[in-house]
Amino acid sequence: MAVNGSAPAIDIRGVHKSFGQVQAVRGIDVAIAPGEIVALLGPNGAGKTTAIDMILGLSQPTTGAVSVLGSHPRQAISRGLVSAVMQTGGLLKDLTVAETARYTASLFAHSEPVPDVLRRAGIAEIADRLVGKCSGGEQQRLRFAMALLCDPELLILDEPTTGMDVEGRRAFWAAIRQDAASGRTVLFATHYLEEADAYADRIILLRRGQVVADGTAAQIKALTAGRTVRATLADADEPALRALPGSDSVEIRGDTVLIHASDSDAVARYLLTATRARDIEITARGIEDAFIALTTDDAEGASDALIRGETVTSGEGAQR
Amino acid sequence: MSVQSAGSLRRAPGLGGFNLTVLRLEVRRVLRNRRTMLMTIVLPVVFFLLFGLNKAYAGDKAGHGNVSAFIMISMALYGAVLATTSGGAMVSIERAQGWSRQLRVTPLSPVAYVAIKMLTALVLGAGAVAAVYVVGLLTGKPQMPAYLWVATGLCVWIGSLIFAAFGLFMGYLLPTENVMQILGFVLVLLAFGAGLFVPLSQYPHSLQTLAEYTPLYGLNQLVHAPLIGGSVHLAWVANAVVWLAIFAGGATWRFRIDTERV
Repeated sequence: MAVNGSAPAIDIRGVHKSFGQVQAVRGIDVAIAPGEIVALLGPNGAGKTTAIDMILGLSQPTTGAVSVLGSHPRQAISRGLVSAVMQTGGLLKDLTVAETARYTASLFAHSEPVPDVLRRAGIAEIADRLVGKCSGGEQQRLRFAMALLCDPELLILDEPTTGMDVEGRRAFWAAIRQDAASGRTVLFATHYLEEADAYADRIILLRRGQVVADGTAAQIKALTAGRTVRATLADADEPALRALPGSDSVEIRGDTVLIHASDSDAVARYLLTATRARDIEITARGIEDAFIALTTDDAEGASDALIRGETVTSGEGAQR
Repeated sequence: MSVQSAGSLRRAPGLGGFNLTVLRLEVRRVLRNRRTMLMTIVLPVVFFLLFGLNKAYAGDKAGHGNVSAFIMISMALYGAVLATTSGGAMVSIERAQGWSRQLRVTPLSPVAYVAIKMLTALVLGAGAVAAVYVVGLLTGKPQMPAYLWVATGLCVWIGSLIFAAFGLFMGYLLPTENVMQILGFVLVLLAFGAGLFVPLSQYPHSLQTLAEYTPLYGLNQLVHAPLIGGSVHLAWVANAVVWLAIFAGGATWRFRIDTERV
């Protein structure tokens, strides 16, 4: 899907962001093509909100550059090309739903008719209700409506379903999904695996301010669902190991070789028959376990090998 | 939906996003706020009815008019500064509620946002002045030439802009939804300091000297000057200008920090 020639919807290059001593984002390179629906998945503190703030121009990268639809984030926002649904807050309790939408619409040079947008967000029937009297789910659909008013090319959602019940979450995503069918680029941050899996074409996994995996849900699942083969092997032939069928990633640390593989049998067979590898260990993981390992800071020891090996580069992800 | 084609045609709104729809909605919000309306419109009127109609002194001569008119101007000023202060201080509530952050993902420029807040404050201030003056007119007690009704009313209204800057400064400084409870109290103190409720001549000498440096003093003297006549003291003007500079400077300083961080 091509919009504005070749400019990516979001282009993040070599971005670092520090707050004093704390490094919230530690080197991210990501390009998101127009029309993609991308999930930014990661635990709290992974740097999702920091990354989104920089995409929205709410904060500046310490180093590196962010461009949105080929221009500076602030410019894209003032032209109404980008809008966002924030996590919580961001509403005035003493305005009604319709007034809030009219307020927001009036700030853009171009905006969609308010009644249409309220209907699309499923809140037309509560248009005259004060925001302070709306439920959490209704408020979230209002935020969504506000983000739709300028008919943006890029829609950003920061943990949009936090605090919603299952029913509300489903209704919210149904609205987003329906809307995205029009070709809008959508980037949403979440820490729910199921949400990323169900609604995104592409998942970018963040952990401690870095991209640890980037690919389709299926690719990520394959990565995390396989097994790790560990062996002692001097002078390992890395290209040969990478070329093995079913080998997803290879890491060599001195005499130790770590191969993450969807077909660990094939890898083990090769190691035992074609190399002088010894001390072979094969560790299995369930999808859920692997995901937790990928995204949980606490499980560091257990997950480090997995994570380091597993980075599918953003380039590959984007070519998908 | 024209998602794919509109991009190159899109432009930023004029005036940084400032528009009358927003101003109207902002005024409506203020009108919905019972506490603000009570404090800024009803209370000054009640004060005028309590203090401005007393037969013992209301009819006494004061400059080109009478004491009742003098007190009416004082109460209008009190209402107007309460109104403009709370108008400015709304930014505090909006920051606490995350609204300022939400606005930052729209084309509304921070400067246009502040302009909207200032104008909303002025609309509320005009309401406060009008309420006291209309009630004054209805009681028939305040006496002064017609042009002075207009002149003093305008002086009070425009002068109250100093306190819109004060409210804005405090709104950015105090990150609390209850900012007006604090500022309401501060304004009562300042009103006493300026001699709005009790003439300064009744204070001990040392307190009088101190009072002349408080933020409402200069403005209070200036808005009464057309009624009283005589020359305008440079000290009054200096007081008003210096405090305006302090409040506006402080607001600009906090505003800059705020827009960098959000």
